[in-house]
Amino acid sequence: MLTTGLRFLEALATPHGVDRYLELIHPMLTIRELRGEVTSVHRTTRDTVTLTIRPTRRWRGFTAGQYVRLSVDIDGVRRARCYSPATSQHRDGHFELTVKAHESGLVSRWLHANARPGLILGLSQAEGEFTLPAERPDKILLISGGSGITPVLSMLRTLSDEDYQGTVTFLHYAYTEADVPCLEQLRDLAADKLVLAYTDAAGGDLEGFFDETHLRKVAPWFAEAQTYLCGPPGLMKGVRDVFADLGVSDRLHTEDFAPAPITVDAADATGDVTFARSHRTAPNSGATLLEQAEAAGLKPEHGCRMGICFSCTRVKTEGCVRDVRNGALSTDPDEEIQLCVSVPVGDVAIDL
Amino acid sequence: MSVTTLPKLSKAQFDSLGRELDELRQRVIDDLGEADRKYIYDVIKVQRTLEVMGRGLLFAGFFPPAWVLGVTALSVSKILDNMEIGHNVMHGQYDWMRDPALNSKMFDWDTVAPAENWKHSHNYIHHTYTNILGKDRDIGYGVLRMDEGQKWNPYYLGNPVYACLLMVLFEWGVMLHDMETEKLLSGEKKWSETKGVRQRIWQKGLKQTLKDYVLFPALTGPMFLTTLAGNATANLVRNVWAFSIIFCGHFPSGVQTFTEAETENESRGQWYYRQMLGSANISGGPLFHLMSGNLSHQIEHHLFPDIPARRYPQIAPEVRAICEKYGLPYNTGGFSRQLTSVFTKIVRLALPDSLWGSPSGPPAGTVGSGRAVRAA
Ligand code: FES
Repeated sequence: MLTTGLRFLEALATPHGVDRYLELIHPMLTIRELRGEVTSVHRTTRDTVTLTIRPTRRWRGFTAGQYVRLSVDIDGVRRARCYSPATSQHRDGHFELTVKAHESGLVSRWLHANARPGLILGLSQAEGEFTLPAERPDKILLISGGSGITPVLSMLRTLSDEDYQGTVTFLHYAYTEADVPCLEQLRDLAADKLVLAYTDAAGGDLEGFFDETHLRKVAPWFAEAQTYLCGPPGLMKGVRDVFADLGVSDRLHTEDFAPAPITVDAADATGDVTFARSHRTAPNSGATLLEQAEAAGLKPEHGCRMGICFSCTRVKTEGCVRDVRNGALSTDPDEEIQLCVSVPVGDVAIDL
Repeated sequence: MSVTTLPKLSKAQFDSLGRELDELRQRVIDDLGEADRKYIYDVIKVQRTLEVMGRGLLFAGFFPPAWVLGVTALSVSKILDNMEIGHNVMHGQYDWMRDPALNSKMFDWDTVAPAENWKHSHNYIHHTYTNILGKDRDIGYGVLRMDEGQKWNPYYLGNPVYACLLMVLFEWGVMLHDMETEKLLSGEKKWSETKGVRQRIWQKGLKQTLKDYVLFPALTGPMFLTTLAGNATANLVRNVWAFSIIFCGHFPSGVQTFTEAETENESRGQWYYRQMLGSANISGGPLFHLMSGNLSHQIEHHLFPDIPARRYPQIAPEVRAICEKYGLPYNTGGFSRQLTSVFTKIVRLALPDSLWGSPSGPPAGTVGSGRAVRAA
């Protein structure tokens, strides 16, 4: 019944779709498109902001450890970033995101400066495989660093809501105490399970970077546990190395939250071009992506070959490209580019 | 009919013309931002509101003033949807916003012509090969004789009639355009090649017809026929308007056409030159520009088809100054003047050129060397 009604409405609203009319009444009225309304905003440390978000009804919730793609319009351009909810997966009707304002982070800085109750955001359904198994392990070690805290904090809160009876330790790395988001809440939630390590200051339970002694101290039972890790590249590597040395890599589950930074050298044709959909990779020849795709035996849709008709628009999933017309660089992942006027700068992956 | 000669531009002049226009484009691109987003969303808001109002008023269509008001609102809504929103969004003018609702790949407009087909015949073919005889199918749309370069034959005696039919049925004409019927008839193209195009036409045409001629009329119950007539009228008004604006963009007197030979290996500057000389503007106020989707700034649009149309009036004085600097014509005039000129051409070209004492076939010369052009 509902779907027949919806299809009828859509036939009336063709070709624009029902949402395009409903959103004019209120942006949260959409039927198909997911949106979220910010209901409260807390700036918990000098550079983090915690948002409580109420999603539209079609949001299917999330599993602790997953992330959502959130989008905002900044200076006319829609910018999307992935963030992991930090709340328990058992809270219905809303979730919380803690966003750290990185110096070069356009979206995070914007949110830190501009988020206020009533702000409407674009949302995606939750995605990601970094989750606890449905049958909870007896022993769990959660390790996070910096803003990698959010997915593992969500796991901790979920376990706490479930009255988890096993052993769990939460090891978090921050520069100093002032950099730990939601510190009070964390202590309330899990004082006995919480281990704080400060890399740049004294006063924590541990000091310095992760190593085997840290591991043995907080979780001597690590070999029987499942470990969930999320943090900056340095911490990730440190933990992976130690687990590999100890021969327990298979018990380590990880999520990289910061993609490796793109280094840009616009001058030469270096790196590889990957056409992801057709599983082809070729060394970057320095020609436009349209020409390189054709040289690789593909036949991408195109028209004018001079940047005016937009037939050749494709999503660049990774890497950086330069617009040959004005030298402008596109560094964001998942950005649409015109193949006929873009040349790759270093490694690039195209959805083609 | 007089013969004027365009100024010859040297290679260096073409290069600097290209550079100046590239720089102008870049300045606009660098300046795009929140104001452009707000503008297009404001236009959309007005359009959707008018649409809802128009359809709503038709429920009271038994009361003639309500019918007239409803049809007016719906007509304006369809015009805005097709011109300032649809045409421009599908040109990729708002792709930089990365908003799926205004993305050229995803947007579709309120006409029977499917976006996908139109983008091929318009964005690619027409905008790349603008006014090149034999390549730009917008010269006469495969139906009309709009240029002396199209050889006369008795079929063209019907030119004015075909033009009037095309005007009234414009959306259906646009819908069929990408079928390239004349190529099918001449055997240049096989029927099987049109499969994708046909499928899209069928699906889109069906949805649009269903909406305007079945569902909405049915919703108004006993007012079925009145609503149907209202929707048909709104579509007709939009057709006549769109036809008029679009024909004024390339067919008034003074607009140049080019041959394939003379446009081979064009430089950037020569490409701009062709776009400029192949287009014509219509002068008017802000409301007129809005209702015409800023295609009243056809010259600016053809130079920079992918920058938001609201920028065309802003850059027009600069484009005009560049034309003057290089001694190039900037074809503009009031709506009635341009339209009269178009219709005169339609009638004149219905008859063989010998009747008017002018030569048939494209004139010789190349873009690079300057060429003789005819002005009516
Ligand atoms: S082929 Fe026309 S924009 Fe790339």
